[in-house]
Amino acid sequence: MALVAVVLISIGVFFMFAGTIGFLRLPDFYTRMHSTGKSDTLGMVLAFTGLALYNLDHGLTLSSFLVSLKIMFIAIFWFVGSPTVTHTITRAAFKSKIAPWTKDGRHVIDWPPDKGGSK
Amino acid sequence: MIQRTANIIPRTIARILIPAIQVFGLYVIAHGHGSPGGGFQGGCILAASFILMTIAYGLEDTKRRFTENMNNILSSLGVFIYALTGWMCLLLGANFLDYSALSAILPADPVKARYLGMFIIEVGVGITVMAVMVSLFIDLVTGGKHGEGL
Repeated sequence: MALVAVVLISIGVFFMFAGTIGFLRLPDFYTRMHSTGKSDTLGMVLAFTGLALYNLDHGLTLSSFLVSLKIMFIAIFWFVGSPTVTHTITRAAFKSKIAPWTKDGRHVIDWPPDKGGSK
Repeated sequence: MIQRTANIIPRTIARILIPAIQVFGLYVIAHGHGSPGGGFQGGCILAASFILMTIAYGLEDTKRRFTENMNNILSSLGVFIYALTGWMCLLLGANFLDYSALSAILPADPVKARYLGMFIIEVGVGITVMAVMVSLFIDLVTGGKHGEGL
């Protein structure tokens, strides 16, 4: 079980590393939220699952099971909360008329969006 | 006037998460004297659930569920519990907040009375911190004029 835990934590750390590189290198707000929002969620959930499994490695008693259950509660909380927060922040940025990045500076859609906004 | 967001995602998720946050706040308060946590931290977590409710549903809904009168009563009640416990110790002939003297009125020996006294103190601190944090948040987002802002 420790081997599975190590593999899960390694994959989680890899996803968080990719998300951090994306956060540092991508050009504007929306692409940065795109990078961190998804890969951080998956990375943290995998890492927490790995920690819960690693905690069970020294024998399945009631107390260690409870600690693993609490860790999995954190993982579920993160899994529900993080995409919602990403969605809300990005929506707020869209309503604040932050222009999305394009390579040559041209707007690929009508910008700022004026119809349908509840301002 | 708070603009009611037409977005269903934060409201649904907030409806799922707010009870979990409040149960966790009670857990932190109740285990404050035996593990990391305590009245202040648990009160802050409880207040965070009300702040999340305000962000997702608007200030009017929050003020309907957690009225200003209730806020004043709770913030005074916590201080009252704290001070009452301390003064009971004084009246029973010990120092302020010397919980072991409470064994005269609680059904417990001095060691268990210390434990229970600390728990009562944590509950009082948690109630006051929750009420005052929500009050501070409402004052900040409305600029002091309750009912406008955010």
